[in-house]
Amino acid sequence: MLGAIGAASLDDLFADIPESVRLGRPIDLPEGRSEQEVNDHLTALAARNRHCDAEVSFLGAGMYDHYVPALVDNLLSRSEFLTPYTPYQPEISQGGLQVMFEFQTAISELTGLPVANASVYEGPSAVAAAGYLAKLETRRTKLVTSRGVHPHSRAALRTHAAGYGMTVDEVALTAEGATDPAALAEAVDDDTAAVFVQQPNFLGTVEELAELAETAGRSGAVVVCAADPLPLGILKPPGEQGVDICVGEGQTLGNRLDFGGPSFGFFAASERFLRKMPGRIAGETRDVDDKRGFVLTLQTREQHIRREKATHNICTSQALNALAGVVYLSWLGKRGLVELAELMLRRTHYARDALGLEAINPGPVVREFAVRVPDLDGLFDRARAEGINPGFRLGREYPEFDDGLLVAITERRTQADIDRLAALVRAREGVAA
Amino acid sequence: MTERDPRADAETVTIFEQSREGRRAFVAPEADVPEVPVEELLPASQRRERPAELPEVSEPELVRHYVTLSSKNFHLDEGFYPLGSCTMKHNPKLHERVAGLPGHARLHPLQDPEYAQGALELMWRLQGALGEIAGLPHVSLQPSAGSHGELAGLLLTRAYHEDRGERRTKVLTPDTAHGTNPATVTMAGYQVVKVGTAEDGGVDLDDLRAKTDDDVACLMLTNPNTLGLFDRNIEEIARVVHDAGATLYYDGANLNAVMGITRPGDMGFDIVHFNLHKTFTQPHGGGGPGAGPIAVSDRIEPFLPSPQVVRRGGDNGAEPFFDLDHDRPKSIGKLRGFQGNFGVFVRSYAYICSLGCDGLEEASKVAVLNANYLKARLAEEGIGEYLPIAFDRTCMHEFVLSGSAAKEKLDLRTLDIAKRMLDHGVHPPTVYFPLLVEEALMIEPTETETKERLDHFADVVRSILGEAAEDPQIARNAPYTTPVRRLDEAGAAKRPVVRWRPDEENPGDPERARKAPASGSGAM
Repeated sequence: MLGAIGAASLDDLFADIPESVRLGRPIDLPEGRSEQEVNDHLTALAARNRHCDAEVSFLGAGMYDHYVPALVDNLLSRSEFLTPYTPYQPEISQGGLQVMFEFQTAISELTGLPVANASVYEGPSAVAAAGYLAKLETRRTKLVTSRGVHPHSRAALRTHAAGYGMTVDEVALTAEGATDPAALAEAVDDDTAAVFVQQPNFLGTVEELAELAETAGRSGAVVVCAADPLPLGILKPPGEQGVDICVGEGQTLGNRLDFGGPSFGFFAASERFLRKMPGRIAGETRDVDDKRGFVLTLQTREQHIRREKATHNICTSQALNALAGVVYLSWLGKRGLVELAELMLRRTHYARDALGLEAINPGPVVREFAVRVPDLDGLFDRARAEGINPGFRLGREYPEFDDGLLVAITERRTQADIDRLAALVRAREGVAA
Repeated sequence: MTERDPRADAETVTIFEQSREGRRAFVAPEADVPEVPVEELLPASQRRERPAELPEVSEPELVRHYVTLSSKNFHLDEGFYPLGSCTMKHNPKLHERVAGLPGHARLHPLQDPEYAQGALELMWRLQGALGEIAGLPHVSLQPSAGSHGELAGLLLTRAYHEDRGERRTKVLTPDTAHGTNPATVTMAGYQVVKVGTAEDGGVDLDDLRAKTDDDVACLMLTNPNTLGLFDRNIEEIARVVHDAGATLYYDGANLNAVMGITRPGDMGFDIVHFNLHKTFTQPHGGGGPGAGPIAVSDRIEPFLPSPQVVRRGGDNGAEPFFDLDHDRPKSIGKLRGFQGNFGVFVRSYAYICSLGCDGLEEASKVAVLNANYLKARLAEEGIGEYLPIAFDRTCMHEFVLSGSAAKEKLDLRTLDIAKRMLDHGVHPPTVYFPLLVEEALMIEPTETETKERLDHFADVVRSILGEAAEDPQIARNAPYTTPVRRLDEAGAAKRPVVRWRPDEENPGDPERARKAPASGSGAM
């Protein structure tokens, strides 16, 4: 091969690299290992993690222990889905493009908004992307978010907003763990580009979305709702309640926990945002033989065409994870989604009653709820010893609820699991069981 | 070569159109808790009035649908994929197995660090390896993809300057830059200033000097650049940028050329992003997931995203503890939820373990060898006169040909050449990029291709050009053998149909697909 190139040695090919910037030594890493050795090393590392099959976990706070059907694993492991690049050549990418189109349809159905993209990175950065879109749309400088929005979403919003030059104000929750409409009305003014709420909110409270959206949108701000797509099986869709943009974390739709990623984010909006939305969008069209097909469309929004005038810089997103999402939703189907969401709703309420503790959010909740625990450390000690993870300590993110415990419920947490946690709560020293 | 794929005769139907009332795949787990009516738990104002129109299909039909769709994708495990700047190298199968271990795949991101020591140690080790490869010691794994890493880099730059009491407004990008660079600049609140390209394909130093002033926050650079050329003036570039007090940002999309040979940190870069889905074998998944970790110099370190994975103790044989450090007062904060795309980290860490110091260096060397070999083959008579190399120098891991001569001599556009390749079972190169090369074809073979694959690709290009010399119409109407042929992209953008909608009268009618696609989101 060197002969064909006309080079004397491999080193000749690197002649353009000045000696002074050469490494001049091997990389300081161990030498390569066999597949078997790497397999064993990674297996040993994995064994030091207590995963959701190794404990009964009530931990949620943004990602949840849902059952992922075997067919999702099976389809995602196919090379045909796993190993192509972004579908820049539509004639040989119809599988991936049609998956995107179906995904967009499913997200549009869940959110009640007419258009959705083919995925963004994940939940919190999707919230930040909605903030940027609101800036492009309104040219205003202020963002307002309820403290019911996931702390990581609010943090990502602040981080990104520092770049695009906007401030972020927070609106407190009521004593009942819902967004305070009066405080929201006060925070929003004529310079507010967007208002962010979450459904259900971080504490699991089902927000009065229509009322909040009406208040938020009064001065022309874009109303953004972050939503968990599974409870949307039974909750009124954000798009029917005055919400302009609905984004969210897609892990709950057929994706693994994976210690936080990769999953996918979704981004749905009213029609007027279609030509400004971030990310890939698949569209239906016809080929020269008048045969139905799909392409990436409206690409004049995107970085590879518009460069500095693009509406977002996103390129690689989460196509494979979005595939898991649409396969999962098709597996659940129209009825299954409702059954699953209703089961979660009933178990959430059952668990809140069963624990017998003071609820921070006593109103309607789904998938999660928050309670005050007098001996939070003691509960964790007792529970951990029995292989139970009681949930998320609210104090780290919410000093106003520093004795709070956020308990997540999925279809995997049975009545028996919940009763075990309740028994541990009652087993507090000095309290009769 | 022109035989039609038999699947092409079947009309495409979405999963929604296959829906039939009452069919299902899912069986709900036992409803063990009391069946309280939903109305008692959720007020009417918050209840969905009718269910979301998800498909109603059986499991066998669901599997068939997606397996059929999968068969309409060309993919890396099927054939040669020389997509420039995308580094389509082999994705080792071991990685899928180890990423799927329950200890990885079923680990909750908020698990107490005490019970996630394996995951945190893996991240800490990956940070160390990436820092060593980049020659920049401090790593954050958090960004979700390359463009997210770029944004992190500019947010770090902003935080760095503001910490010094400076407000700078401009970021320099070469005219050869990836589109994400200028798009990121705008999102990060800066103004793009373009720097020209010199005769030899590198940065135009005079133009750089003229445009670098104390209002410049950063220069974003890819080296080797998108022409596949290593910028010989990199030290001078770094000097000019640093003298003006700006940061130097390395777009790591082309890192696959230089691992173990030179390091961005040694070239003078302050911030680097990695594309783990390019250099470090995370499968592309048809458009993600990826991961875009960043490595930075000492002066940028205080601003890195939060949390950072740290190792505590472990000296003198004591057991170390791996932890998440949230106490970072100068941090730019969080770019996303949790700790990043951990599943990607597992695969990339496995790759680094497998190759090791020697293997990574060899990977880069063979990537460069393969690119130069293919460049030489494509310079041969019968090809080179139609597709001349844009900048005739030794290339690194990729190179750019110009289709201008083919357009002139054969009346054949680069797009036509690319589309005809589809009939030959190879994926076309990146086309029409970089923008400064007319009718560009950007070719990156990667190190995992054999000489025979490269020769075959050269033969394919030769045969397409030879065929066009006889009859250019054949390529102009290509492809012929693919599941669909050239699609109406302009029409798709003009009247966007971005979701499926049922016919009002007959929802789920597969015959609907034969009608004109008039039931989409509606024209804007």
